[in-house]
Formats: sequence, structure tokens, C-alpha cells
Amino acid sequence: MGDWIVVPIVLPAVMAALIVLAVRHDIILQRVFSITATVALVAVTLSLLIFASGNGPEMYALSDWPAPFGIVLVLDRLSAMMVFLTSLLGLGVVLFASSEWDQRGKHFHALFQFQLMGVNGAFLTGDVFNLFVFFEVLLIASYGLMLHGAGADRLKAGMQYVVINLTGSSLFLIGVGMIYSVTGTLNMADLAIQVTKVASGDAALLRAGALILLLVFCVKAALVPVHFWLPGTYANAPAPVAALFAIMTKVGAYSVLRVYSLAFGDTAGDMAWLAAPYILPAALITLVLGMTGVLAAKRLNSLIAFSVIGSMGTLLIAFGLFTPESISAGLYYLLHSTFSAAALFLIADLVVSRRGQYGDSLNTAPKFHQLGFLAVLFFIGAIGMAGMPPLSGFIGKLQILDAARDSDAMVWIWSIILVTSLMCIVGFGRAGSVLFWKSASVDGEITVEGAQWPVLPIVAACSMLAALIALTIFAGPISDYLQGVSAQLFDTSQYIEAVLGENAFAQIGQ
Amino acid sequence: MEFLVASSIGLLTTCGTYLLLRGRTFPAVIGLALLSYAVNVFLFAMGRLTINMPPILRDGVTEYTDPLPQALVLTAIVISFGMTALIVVLAIRAYLEIGNDHVDGRPVGEPSEAGDKN
Repeated sequence: MGDWIVVPIVLPAVMAALIVLAVRHDIILQRVFSITATVALVAVTLSLLIFASGNGPEMYALSDWPAPFGIVLVLDRLSAMMVFLTSLLGLGVVLFASSEWDQRGKHFHALFQFQLMGVNGAFLTGDVFNLFVFFEVLLIASYGLMLHGAGADRLKAGMQYVVINLTGSSLFLIGVGMIYSVTGTLNMADLAIQVTKVASGDAALLRAGALILLLVFCVKAALVPVHFWLPGTYANAPAPVAALFAIMTKVGAYSVLRVYSLAFGDTAGDMAWLAAPYILPAALITLVLGMTGVLAAKRLNSLIAFSVIGSMGTLLIAFGLFTPESISAGLYYLLHSTFSAAALFLIADLVVSRRGQYGDSLNTAPKFHQLGFLAVLFFIGAIGMAGMPPLSGFIGKLQILDAARDSDAMVWIWSIILVTSLMCIVGFGRAGSVLFWKSASVDGEITVEGAQWPVLPIVAACSMLAALIALTIFAGPISDYLQGVSAQLFDTSQYIEAVLGENAFAQIGQ
Repeated sequence: MEFLVASSIGLLTTCGTYLLLRGRTFPAVIGLALLSYAVNVFLFAMGRLTINMPPILRDGVTEYTDPLPQALVLTAIVISFGMTALIVVLAIRAYLEIGNDHVDGRPVGEPSEAGDKN
């Protein structure tokens, strides 16, 4: 199985090059290549997931250079789950885009495949500098996707998005440099060992480097106070791209979880759980701010973008507690919030494209086609995002509340999550009633050109909702798997010995 | 030499940060470029500053300079070069399409459009 670990990175990379070089003039062939590659990716990542659930962490050394000198990819339960999630989301997005969106600009499918490559690479890598490189790969692809189809609003938001992320990249390099200067390694498993051996005089430097890195991950995860790029970017990005970006914030959350549980976790001595005191308060503020934005939004897309910020807050509250129960609860919520954000962006595009000149502003307009059908889809998506029963958001929030019961901040966590859930319900309820109910009673009808029942976009949007329903139905087995994930995260010896060989874990603290 | 390197990194970072906070796209682009230079020199110095040392370990060599930061800097230079090219193109495109070069897409002195939009 070892060699298959590299496939989720190589397959999209080869496909992207093939699409841009061989079939760039033929949109049908591009779609065939891109969809086939994504289906193959789903199959590969599913088999990796099955493998990881039955085995311990597995390492792939690129060019067979031994760790810590070479670059390694590591497949464990967490990374297998994340690459599978990425490929499922990617399949929905590419189906949605293949009806019409991919013709509004050039090279959509090539950029899309590069984006998948970067995201998969970030999830699989076992090396901090390589994490930087894959961040850059996914960002460069995302700049292209974000500007797909152009337009003044999108260029303006895109410019800000690029500048903030380039600044983030500079900070990332500074953090990586400081960590390397003290520990002499960038391999995450080796870092976990070297962190325990750092001279006391250098500890402050290591701590500063690690916290700069945390700031960069928080920029990606859109945590307050570095969240401000997200509403403009997501609300102005093309709909399939905004849906794909649902995984980008999760890359930040994943990196926090990976680095700060492995290298700065239980074994790190003075620096144990370095990130914990900062994440939890910031996440609580993020949640309040995001849901306040949901109440205040005047456009459908910014409403959804703010709800994404809120869901990142909820997610990082769970991660910020850093207990096995809270992390498995947070991971369940991560799966849920990825699909519900993607579903809402796709449904919003179906609504907006039918409203013609009224666009995505939240005001009453005459009826549009399939108003009733889209209202049902939006209703299901909104239930998911708000975390109401019976969908998976409710189960996720319940698990997080349950996991927070022993925390010192329990009162804060419970009251903020419950109150913001109400705010989210009110915000989405208001938007839905304006867009669907009040509009249904206005005279006249909006007619727009284009297919009446575009098959692929509706299938794609429904498949995201179906994923939410599947998450709800199979909550039991999925939660069992996630408990395995967090158990593996807390037992770092498995990961370290998979990368550095047996007995490596015993070197900690020596 | 330590003082020279450290102060030049500090100066580059200061100028880069100042320019990055300006309201127009061109200073912001220059600011990002300066910041990336600062980062490159900083990374380079993370392998410790030594002069006239071989970057590889061989028989008979006891003192050597760390080659890994140099490889990291090379990667960082390539990426930041590509990104600078991209952001220059993006800035020109935004200028042509929006009609001004303000990062918020509005000329200096005009009220923000945040009130009536978004």
C-alpha cells in the first residue's frame, strides 16, 4: 500500500499538466479528463481510508531518502480521512462546474486539479517546509480559480486575497526559519523529538517560531482577528470555487491539529499544548462575529460566507480544548461543515442564476423558476448549517457541547454555541423567507436564458446535501472511526515510529 | 557581520510593512517584494552565519556551513518571484477594470462603499 500514498498528489498533478497541454482547446475533453481523474481520486482515497482504518500510520519516503533527511508523506487515519473528504468535495464541485461555469474563463479544470494536488499534499506531508510548499501550490491555484471569469468586484476581492496570503506566506517562512534554527529539523516526527531536547536558552525562540506558525494557520482557518479576508473572497468567488474553498479553511484547522498535537503535544514538556490558550478564546469570538455577520448580511453569498466563519469558530472551539473527545467531536463537525458550506454555495448559485438582475441581494423579487424546489434545497442546507435536528450539524454540536462539559470555560462555550445557533437560525430564516416566501407572492415572473433543469448542477448540489444525510445516518460508525483518529493523534509514538523507525519514540526527552 | 545582517533584515521588514499598509496597489506590491527579501535573508541566516566554509560534509571537513537553509531559500525565492509576477499582472488588470489603483477599489477621499453594499 505504501506507494499508493503518493497517488493523491501525483494523479491531479499529471492530469492538470495533461489538461493544460493536450486538450486546452476542447472543453468537452477537459471535462471528461477532469471528472475521470476526480472519480479515480475518490477510488484511490477510499482505498487509502480503508487501509488506514485497519493499520497504523504508514510512511512514504520520496526517492527513498530516509527520514529525517528526505521528504516524507505520512498516511494515518486523520490524513486519510482528509484526502477522502477533499476528493468527495472535489467530485461535487467539478460536476457542478462542468455544466457552464468552466466556460466563463480559461483553464478552470487545470487549476482545479492543481488545487486538489495542493490540498492533498498539505494533508499528507510529514514535513513542515513541505507543508509551506503545498500551501503555496494550493494558494497559487486558488488565486487563478478565485479570479475565474473576472469582473471588477472579483478582481478587487482577489487582490486583497492574494496580498493577505502572500503576507501569510512570509510569516510562515519566518516561523519555519526560527523553528529550524533551534531544532535543526523540519520533519514533523523528528521535530517532536528535538523539541524536547532544546536548550532552555533557546526555548523562547522556539516558542515564538511556533506561535508565528500558529498565526499563519489561523489566517488560513479564518480565526479572529485574522479572518477579515474571508467574507469578501468567498462572497465574490465563483460559486463552484467558493464551494471548493470550504476545504481551504479546513487545511488551516488540520495544520493546527497536526503540528500542535504531534510536535507541541503531551510530550513537549514546557511547551506542551502551546496553542491551547490562544485558540479557544479566539474561536469563541470568531463564532460570535461570524453569526453576527449572518444576521447583518445584505447579500446571500456574504450571509453564507459569514456562516462559514461561524462554523470555523465552532470547529476550533472543539479543537482548542485539545481532549480526545473534543477532537473527535470537532472532526465530525469538520466533515459536516465542509459539506454544508459547499451545498449552500452551490444552491445559492442556482438561486442567483435564476434571479437575473436581482442577483444575490436579499430583497423581494418576482418569482423565478423552480422556486419551490430550490426553497426545499435551501431549507435543508440551512438546517444543516444552523445545526438543527435532524441533520448532522445537530449531532456535531451536541458532541462538542458534551466534550466541553469538563472544561473550565464550559459556561462560555455552552452559552455562546447555543445563542449563536439561534442567531444563525434567525439569519437563515430571514434570508429564506425574503428569497422564497415573500418573493412567491410578488406579481410577475423572472425569466432568464439557459437550461430549465440543468442536470449536473442540481445533481452536484443534491449530492452535497446527500452527504449531510449520510453523515447523519452513519453517525455511529463515523464517530467510531473519528475516536480512532483522535486516539492515534494522542498516541504520537505510532506516528513517530512509522516515520523514524522503531525505538525512535524512546529518544524523547533524552 | 551579525549586526549588518540583522539590521538589514530589520530595515527591509520595516519598509516592507510600511509599504504593505499603503492604500494603493503599487506600494503594496513593492512592500511584499521587500518583505520577501527580508524573509530570504532571514532564512539564510538561520543556518548560522559563516564565511568561506564548504556546504557539504566530507572527510577531513570539521567546520561547514548548513546547506539546508540555502535550499529552503532557493525554494522561497522561486515562489516569491512567481508570486510577485502574478500580483503585478493582477494589479494592472484590477487597475484597468476598476479604473483606479486603490486596494479597496475606490479613489482616495471617497467614502467607503461598505455602507450600501455587502
